[in-house]
Amino acid sequence: MNSKNIIELKNITVEFDGEKVLDDLNLSIKDKEFVTLLGQSGCGKTTTLRIIAGFIQPQTGDVFFDGKSVKGIPPYQRPVNTVFQRYALFPNYNVYDNIAFGLRVSKVPEKEIEQRVKEMLALVNLQGFEKRSVAKLSGGQQQRVAIARAVVNQPKVLLLDEPLAALDLKLRKDMQNELKNIQRKLGITFIYVTHDQEEALSLSDTVVVMHEGKIQQIGTPIDIYNEPENAFVADFIGESNIIDGNMISDYKVSLVGKTFDCLDKGFEANEPVDVVIRPEDVDIVPVEKGMLVGEVTSVLFRGVHFEIIIDVAGFKWMIQTTDESKVGDTVGLYIEPDAIHVMKKSKYSGKYGDYSSYSDEMDKMSEIEEVDE
Amino acid sequence: MNKKRLGSIALNSPYTVWSVIFIVVPLFIVAYYAFTDKSGAFTIDNIVQLKEYKEIFGISILYSVIATLITLLISYPFAYFLSRQSEMSRRLQMMLVMLPMWMNLLIRTYSWMNILERNGLINNFLGMFGIEPIKMIGTPGAVIFGMVYNYLPYMILPIYTVMSKIEPSLLEAAEDLGCNGFNKLRRVIMPLSLPGVVSGITMVFVPSVSTFYISQKLGDGKITLVGDAIERQMQTSYNYNLGASISLVLMVMILISVAVMNRFSDEDGGMVV
Repeated sequence: MNSKNIIELKNITVEFDGEKVLDDLNLSIKDKEFVTLLGQSGCGKTTTLRIIAGFIQPQTGDVFFDGKSVKGIPPYQRPVNTVFQRYALFPNYNVYDNIAFGLRVSKVPEKEIEQRVKEMLALVNLQGFEKRSVAKLSGGQQQRVAIARAVVNQPKVLLLDEPLAALDLKLRKDMQNELKNIQRKLGITFIYVTHDQEEALSLSDTVVVMHEGKIQQIGTPIDIYNEPENAFVADFIGESNIIDGNMISDYKVSLVGKTFDCLDKGFEANEPVDVVIRPEDVDIVPVEKGMLVGEVTSVLFRGVHFEIIIDVAGFKWMIQTTDESKVGDTVGLYIEPDAIHVMKKSKYSGKYGDYSSYSDEMDKMSEIEEVDE
Repeated sequence: MNKKRLGSIALNSPYTVWSVIFIVVPLFIVAYYAFTDKSGAFTIDNIVQLKEYKEIFGISILYSVIATLITLLISYPFAYFLSRQSEMSRRLQMMLVMLPMWMNLLIRTYSWMNILERNGLINNFLGMFGIEPIKMIGTPGAVIFGMVYNYLPYMILPIYTVMSKIEPSLLEAAEDLGCNGFNKLRRVIMPLSLPGVVSGITMVFVPSVSTFYISQKLGDGKITLVGDAIERQMQTSYNYNLGASISLVLMVMILISVAVMNRFSDEDGGMVV
């Protein structure tokens, strides 16, 4: 992969009505990279995208394209194009004219426009839809037109603002694959905004986790999942049990009164830490073989696996396993050293990672809220 | 017949009865008078006679077209900027637009007579600086001004309504795709606001072309428009037949111009007339 930075954001701060939306944000984006800005609504991800597009001017800080500052350059002169959250297709134009819009504005000859629009329609699988009114297309088809309308201009960077949020689950999965293919074929940088962590993990080369106007962690999807920086990231990306621990020495951590081997080092002796253990990394074993012992309080069948909540000395663990247990069973828990990830304490410590108040319903409710930003 | 259909007929019937008694029947009466003489016998004399009114029709259309263009030039930019403002400021300014409409047309027109007269407000003011009185009442300018003043809200309202329905994200998309301010206006705002412009033009042109009060008062009786000609036949000459034929032709002309205007906007543009 090319290591040249195509876009750099330096010390960006944005305030709306005295409230900090972005707080001294620094971010470098490499050429041809698929970068995802991931976070809940209000975390500043869309604002970051709009700063790059030029719709918002930051109060402080500067944006660089290819090393040159773009301060004061209006959106229409920036080498980026955007796929908007609700597509923002022009209702007065048909599919062809929507896609041709940007080329006509920049006075490309009609002959060339025709050829490029044709190529785009093929790219997004909409051949034969030229004359259709955009109002009569399905959500997925409108989405494709929006993508074609943006990439036909051959931008160096494509900005995508929650492009799949309005689609249903099945279509969303298909479109994820398609987006990834389109990005590979075009070989341009994608900056993608989403609140959906699964989407972020499966699409991106680099994930930028944001919260409260700050970047919490930047890394590959695997790094973000396996080596979360703090309790917020650990909780936000996937499911996780986050337990208070104590670093006894390198490679030894104590939690729930027991000492475990682990792969982490470099902490001070007896430093209080947050310990992350993913639900799929815990095995349920007979009580006598268990490193910890607890009581099953809830069992949910999820299709691929069971989601089991186990109460160990008052802390509720979530465990994902293909073996069924029954509510009320007393079971042992077994954890491999490489399943234990130790993090420094942060301001998010203690806020996340216990499944006492866990319910499906709450999860769904918060998802619905997050679609609209 | 199903219940739903019966219900909708029942709900519509008050208006149906109203429109038959007060719109459809009078139209037939106008047509009847236009094609009969005083004794009630069929004739096309009334229509043939209209060639004497060529000039009056011409002036009426000319003044109304000018007045409509001026209202459009004032309303369009105003409606655009208004639609981009905060809720508070929109409401306040919309109220200011509507405020004159709370007063009767006659009172408004009389007020303008007082302002524009030879001894009126403007000439008195100019007189303080030793400037000779300017003749305003009785000029075509005064009549056209009266039309613009009275019918301006009818242009602003429909344009403002379509403008405020244009999603801000569409304007952002246009900018994102390379449009500067002018291109944004030409390629997105203008086509999307066209239905409002068409209704606005219709709503200003139609009352302007048939007005008689504005031309009588601000025209000082020197300017005769179609409306005045009709009124004269009805009120002074008691020639209902000729009056009806002028009305009929005016109506047909308006109908044709509305039909032509409607062709410019798309079929689901929400037409007013």
